[in-house]
Amino acid sequence: MATTKVCGIETEYGIQTPGPDQNPIAASSVLVNAYAADVEQQIGWDFEDETPGNDARGFAREGSLAPMVETHLANTVLTNGARFYVDHAHPEYSSPECLTPLECLVYDKAGEEVLRRAMVAAAARIPDQAAPVVYKNNSDGKGNSYGCHENYMMDRAVPFAKVIEGVVPHFVSRTLFTGSGKVGTETPALDAETVEYQISQRAEFFEEIVGLETTLKRPIVNTRDEPHADPKRFRRLHVIVGDANLSEIATFLKIGTTAIVLAMVEDEAGPTRDLSLSDPVRALHQVSADLSLTRPLALTDGSTATALELQWELLGAARKYAEEFGLTALGDDGGVGALVMEHWEAVLEGLESDPATLADTLDWVAKRELLLAYQDRHSCGWKDPRVAALALQYHDLRPDKSVFRRLGLRSLVPVAEWSTAVAEPPEGTRAWFRGKCLARWPDAVVTANWDSLVFDIGADPLRRVPMMDPLKGTAEHTGALLAQSTSPADLLTRLNS
Amino acid sequence: MAEQEQKRKSSGTRPTEGETEVEEATPAPSERGEKIKAELDDLLDEIDEVLEDNAEEFVRNYVQKGGQ
Repeated sequence: MATTKVCGIETEYGIQTPGPDQNPIAASSVLVNAYAADVEQQIGWDFEDETPGNDARGFAREGSLAPMVETHLANTVLTNGARFYVDHAHPEYSSPECLTPLECLVYDKAGEEVLRRAMVAAAARIPDQAAPVVYKNNSDGKGNSYGCHENYMMDRAVPFAKVIEGVVPHFVSRTLFTGSGKVGTETPALDAETVEYQISQRAEFFEEIVGLETTLKRPIVNTRDEPHADPKRFRRLHVIVGDANLSEIATFLKIGTTAIVLAMVEDEAGPTRDLSLSDPVRALHQVSADLSLTRPLALTDGSTATALELQWELLGAARKYAEEFGLTALGDDGGVGALVMEHWEAVLEGLESDPATLADTLDWVAKRELLLAYQDRHSCGWKDPRVAALALQYHDLRPDKSVFRRLGLRSLVPVAEWSTAVAEPPEGTRAWFRGKCLARWPDAVVTANWDSLVFDIGADPLRRVPMMDPLKGTAEHTGALLAQSTSPADLLTRLNS
Repeated sequence: MAEQEQKRKSSGTRPTEGETEVEEATPAPSERGEKIKAELDDLLDEIDEVLEDNAEEFVRNYVQKGGQ
């Protein structure tokens, strides 16, 4: 049976300070530090196990650039188990490890709330200056992109080549619902003269099928082999090809459908038809630019399929998989899997009949319908700066400026749930232990990491608690232990007994 | 939408109409489309309050460092 698809989302937010003086690293640091000081305590991040240069294929390719780990920038761990820090001149929120795609959605929305509170905290700290504004998007429209990455736990025993084969058709075609929409183009991948609007913000920045890089020559399948767990048992598939979504259904489907596709790969129960694309990179660009959703993509077997047809094939295979294997790999009794299937089918039906009917469901459709209506009313075109401004403001996280908020897309989780998730960790993964220890003994936890906590209990040396299994350290496993422990020293004694 | 005239169906993997459960609470697509359009109209009435003052400058100044 497939490994439970423990999952998480990391988002690099766009950041802007009104006025001509831009220092995004400083602005990001102000945000993170203001939040840490005013809302949470400051707990450092432990870099000991960070190895982003390791390649899942077992080698480091000649000439490939391993990403740098920036250790000097603002960096904090939150009581909900998330990491909030400055990465590549952007504020980044990495959600805690979540048990189900629905929980992952909750913690992604909680991340937006963290950024909103950070903006308020930053503004209060620098009353005389313009405070930074945060956008949940993936590009500046001028050729610079920043990511929204997903992570899924996988069984180490599955050959990586199988993973690549299984996910590429999905990563190309899921763009139909993961796209956040973008006015025009900004790379040579697409024709600026003919593409007025495209489905994805990220798609045109991808240049390779498989690779280690994340900041240049971006690959559809990223091979960073950094499991943050027992490397003999687990793999963490690090996915860099998606857009950041504000739509809850888009985020839920992005994670949920991908988790199902990966479970099918692990159980060798994928589609019977070979969906391998002849040129996946070009296909990704084409899917993003094809608003008619009818463009045939060349497959390696000589046939063609549209992105929508690929998605129907994958949904069909998923339906069969659900019947034979169940969907407990999505972290619960199958309820969340059933919800994924229901929304997956509804969205494909909508895309097939008339995408405009999904204006209350998907980001790229909601934004497009608004921009079309705006152009209609003001008798202007796609190149009007007001259209570009409106498109950008779709992603503005400030409540009074957020166009997304005004559009009122359909919601999946109540606000109360993700408001709680701002401070409370998920119960079903090791994030629970991390978050609870931080909340209870902020002074004793000197550093934290995905797979360990380091305690200072007053006596040398520092004590490191490894957490190599993401499914251990849950409320169920460690709740009683934590409740009984009277101090960090007592906790460590109990852990060792 | 004119560009939607050409609809493609894949073979064998889609459910037949009978298998598709219809939720009572969800309005039919066309009805939903009309509702969305009406709401968009209302939104456009107030969008100028939201829109940044100098759209051109606002968009031009939005320059980000590349990330991952």
